Amino acid sequence: MRVPLSWLREFTPLPTDARDREAVRRLGRVLDSLGLVVEGIEHVGGGLEDVVLARVLDIRPIEGADRIREVLVDAGGPEPLTIVCGAMNFVTGDVVPLAKVGAELPGGFVIGRRKMRGIVSDGMLCSGPELGIGQDAAGLMLVASTGSPDAPLPAGLELGAPLADYLGIEPDAVFDLAVEPNRPDGLSIIGVARDLAARLGLPFEVSVPSPVTSGPPASELASLELQAPDACRHMLARVVSGVANGVSPPLVARRLLLAGMRPLGAVVDASNYVMLELGQPNHPYDLDTLGGHGLSVRFARPGERLVTLDGTERLLGRHVDALGGVLEVEDLLICDAKDTAVGLAGIMGGAATEIGESTSRVLLEVAEFAPLVVGRTAKRQGVRSEASARFERGIDPAGLERAADRFCELLAAAAAYAGAAAPVVAPGDLDEHPRPSETRRVRLRLARANALLGTALSVSRVQQLLTPIGFGVDPANTGETAPDGASTPGETTGEAALDTTVLEVTVPSFRPDVQREVDVVEEIARHHGYERITPTRRRSPNVGNLGARNVTRRRLRRLMTGLGAHEAWTSSIVDPSLHVRAGSHAGVVELANPMVQEESVLRSHLLLGLLGSLRHNVSHRNPAVRLFELGRVFSPSAAGEGLPVEHEHLGLLLGGDGDDASAAVRAWRVLVDGLGLDAAALQLEQGPSLGPDVGALAIGVHPSRRGLVLDAATKLQPVAVIGEVDPEVLDSFGLSRDRRVGWMVVDLEQLETLPTRSDLARPVSRFPSSDIDLAFLLGEETPAGDLEEVLRESAGELCESVRLLDAYRGPGVPEGARSLAYRVRFCALDRTLTDVEVAELRARCIAEVESKLPATLRR
Amino acid sequence: MSAVASDGAPRPGEIEEFERVAAERVAGVRDLGTLEAAVPELTGRRSPIAGWKRSLGGLAPEQRREVGRVLNDALVRIETLVEQRREVLARADREARLAADRLDLTEVPPAPGSGHLHLVTQVREELEDIFVGMGYEIADGPEAETEWYNFTALNVPRDHPARSMQDSFYLATGDHESFLLRTQTSPGQIRLLERGELPLYAVVPGRVYRRDTADARHLPVFHQIEGIVVDRGVTFGDLAGTIETFVREIFGEGVATRLRPAYFPFTEPSAEFEITCTICGGSGCKTCSQTGWIELGGCGMIHPAVFEATGVDPEIWTGFAFGFGIDRIAMMRHEIGDLRSFIENDVRFLTQF
Ligand SMILES: [Zn+2]
Repeated sequence: MRVPLSWLREFTPLPTDARDREAVRRLGRVLDSLGLVVEGIEHVGGGLEDVVLARVLDIRPIEGADRIREVLVDAGGPEPLTIVCGAMNFVTGDVVPLAKVGAELPGGFVIGRRKMRGIVSDGMLCSGPELGIGQDAAGLMLVASTGSPDAPLPAGLELGAPLADYLGIEPDAVFDLAVEPNRPDGLSIIGVARDLAARLGLPFEVSVPSPVTSGPPASELASLELQAPDACRHMLARVVSGVANGVSPPLVARRLLLAGMRPLGAVVDASNYVMLELGQPNHPYDLDTLGGHGLSVRFARPGERLVTLDGTERLLGRHVDALGGVLEVEDLLICDAKDTAVGLAGIMGGAATEIGESTSRVLLEVAEFAPLVVGRTAKRQGVRSEASARFERGIDPAGLERAADRFCELLAAAAAYAGAAAPVVAPGDLDEHPRPSETRRVRLRLARANALLGTALSVSRVQQLLTPIGFGVDPANTGETAPDGASTPGETTGEAALDTTVLEVTVPSFRPDVQREVDVVEEIARHHGYERITPTRRRSPNVGNLGARNVTRRRLRRLMTGLGAHEAWTSSIVDPSLHVRAGSHAGVVELANPMVQEESVLRSHLLLGLLGSLRHNVSHRNPAVRLFELGRVFSPSAAGEGLPVEHEHLGLLLGGDGDDASAAVRAWRVLVDGLGLDAAALQLEQGPSLGPDVGALAIGVHPSRRGLVLDAATKLQPVAVIGEVDPEVLDSFGLSRDRRVGWMVVDLEQLETLPTRSDLARPVSRFPSSDIDLAFLLGEETPAGDLEEVLRESAGELCESVRLLDAYRGPGVPEGARSLAYRVRFCALDRTLTDVEVAELRARCIAEVESKLPATLRR
Repeated sequence: MSAVASDGAPRPGEIEEFERVAAERVAGVRDLGTLEAAVPELTGRRSPIAGWKRSLGGLAPEQRREVGRVLNDALVRIETLVEQRREVLARADREARLAADRLDLTEVPPAPGSGHLHLVTQVREELEDIFVGMGYEIADGPEAETEWYNFTALNVPRDHPARSMQDSFYLATGDHESFLLRTQTSPGQIRLLERGELPLYAVVPGRVYRRDTADARHLPVFHQIEGIVVDRGVTFGDLAGTIETFVREIFGEGVATRLRPAYFPFTEPSAEFEITCTICGGSGCKTCSQTGWIELGGCGMIHPAVFEATGVDPEIWTGFAFGFGIDRIAMMRHEIGDLRSFIENDVRFLTQF
């Protein structure tokens, strides 16, 4: 909402000088503190001091130039001035603005004495936009047309006098306000003025005289019929005859421009002016083009069509939604008396009954439409007009007649400006008011207000705050105390709780948003000033708690960075083809309304985003990168409807130099160790023996280089998949299939169920330990992990550690097998083990391994 | 080495001669090994001095004492020479080894270093710690939500523009207007209130979604933190004080806060909270549009309708809620020009923080 300072001053005597930028900024801060957020301030109308009125005496062509002409003007001086001008839209006798040499125009452009084609120009004739007071840049601003250089001038027009004086233009400031949805009154000049006046303690008044009426009554000239009383709660139609639809007086045109609307002729301008000033949208019809000379209001029939003022043909009464479903909907139409649609109620008029130059009889429609009806149609039609924005928030139901009166006042002023006869207002408006709104009353407990705000406001202070913004605080009711128990906010604290004063507050008609006590409390706070409420320190009685999941996340993140991996975050909304490229054909969660196809499903796996990030780094010549991400992944619920299932995963992509599945295994071991998990209870199982389906967790993993960790309790739930990215998947993500990329993905929820190792201290032996080194030949089909497990079991309680020293394939080892060398360390707490004991342990280990596994000791 | 006299006793001048030869020999030795190999012949059992000492028994006591003294003095002098030479050679030997060991530490090629936490995580963890310090619990909520949690229970009217398909991502499961990606962390408020454990002091950090095209200042996926406090007698003044406290924790002393009326369906009175512009310190600059203030987030007293929707008695309990962007704080603090840097995961960006 663009609000010119001069317009506000019509209603309240603001002392702010528009030329004083600091004062204007201060006023802007007051608006801010009232919740009318100033998004920008524009200073306009300055720089017109040296722009004067001049009459065109003669226009001569310049030899060899067809874009410019030599113009002789009378600017009130003893001699005519010669001006070189490029505009073509004027004739001799026209009065136009002249910027004299030395003038600085609003844009900062300084007029110099210029020589063009050998002719010296003594200034510049200006267009509206050049002066910051008009939009029509097609040519010069035409102030008046006198017909000939000798004709008499219009009254009050003096050549050489400042243009600004003649037009009544003074320097102005325009506030660009962002108005919150709960402030319907903020979408009107008077609403903003009222708020400011209340805060600044200034008087505020809106007075609109009723027009003098004459001639036949409106009911003889036009008709009005309402068929949808819940959608159109009130409609008033006024007939004005003898209208001269010329140009608006400069002040009206200028204010419309400053407010962001184009002047379009006296009738439409008056209508728009009323809407901006009073917040009441209205629509003027050319009564003579209105079928049956009347209006009716009804819902559109399914499939009915209407071409609106913007030239769009609109399908009404029926709606096709984003998914192709067809619904019958309620779109409110304004029709003529012959049932032809002439407007989309509260949104936009139809093209057929538009006001034209020849319009002389106007039917003005002023209505109160139901906010939801207008809002829904506007949303479906994808239009948000100035009118619909106001109806959606709720207009002042008590302001219809005032709006019609103001319209008539403006039409009369336009006629006077044009030197035309005053228009005639027909007596007796057509007025259908099926749903009169009632005055709303809200009970306000003073104690409650103070308890919520942390204030100690008195009854008189509350009255002082609410009365200027239109709320009635009936003094007769201020002393009333609540019946016992009825309003005791017994649990609220402080002295205020003892105050049982209940005020009966009458809500003004222009604040439909104020429905309950807390809405009034907000108004009190707003006008008291948020900045005047003392900040207090409230202490939590609870102990702060990070929560188990956050503790896990933090430990994981630090373990990952310890491995040299950088934390990434990637979008949860991805291209559906990524899942396929990663080898997943499971169902995904789709968006109903994606922006683009490439971002239309929720990720079911972290690998997709991390591979994309790896590729980004590869393409920027940083191929060796380790990345990890902690985040949610989504899959459809089992039933296929309802909320999707969310899992939180940790994904670690190992793209460092020499990284492969082994690096992923080492990372898993670091994780197990770092989280204090019981490594013995968590066996990493080699992938291929588990079959093709190891759950969604295994997407994109190299089929012969993968391992799986299952939950310790049931051995059914996958906790982690560890291995390498499938070369085919690397390829489909634009990465080289020849490099190895390690990969680990962990489900956090499952991770938290894993057994932790005992945290009780175990004594460390003071006696020397003994090592035995054993190498076994083991077929490739048996995992080394099995051998290690048997060794550990057979080594028994004296075993301190089992370490794989070396895996050897080559000469001396049969094809299809490898030699695995382990060092088993033994130690007793109470003695040094004898050679005999160690030899026995050694023999036992060998025997156990050879009997339980297809393994033989390598000698 | 010169021969020993037949009777074993040193002839006149013989001791001096041996001492001179020995001194020459010690001085000529170039390495420790040769020196140690020569020690027995110079001062040890194979040296002439040892032989002369053995012959002392044949001398008269007076002479024995005299010759013995001369021999001992000579021996001590030679030993001293050997010891000095040993030290010299040992030092030279160590120096030679150190020289051979030389390593130019500026010649070490770079190796992968520590990983870096994402900037958004760093800010998030810092915020979590601040609120834990203030006695808050850190809570979680799902990212895919029902309309009830994301809008209805938060008192967002049925026809509110935020609910439109224009602004929110709905899911194509079931009735497509009933499930959506949460547009704010505020549904966390509802879940915490429904839990019914009061008084409640909590924040919910997390990922949220808006139907925006990604550009330098917007991402369709971003992060917010939502705070909620419900207790007996909580006031708007408490809200202002709480915001002041955590803003000072985040941005440091000297950063002021102000509240300005605003509208949110789930709070009333509602406010936007602004902080002194971190770029110009409040004097006015381009970043703050010359106002000296930067908008940080929204807040307000929890609307009674929210309490009613979650079964909390607003006559007994009052509270406030606040919310702001985590990414935005990171952006402000580190002067990040383009939010898209956050999701590119370029190591040249990630390793800066
Ligand atoms: Zn600034």
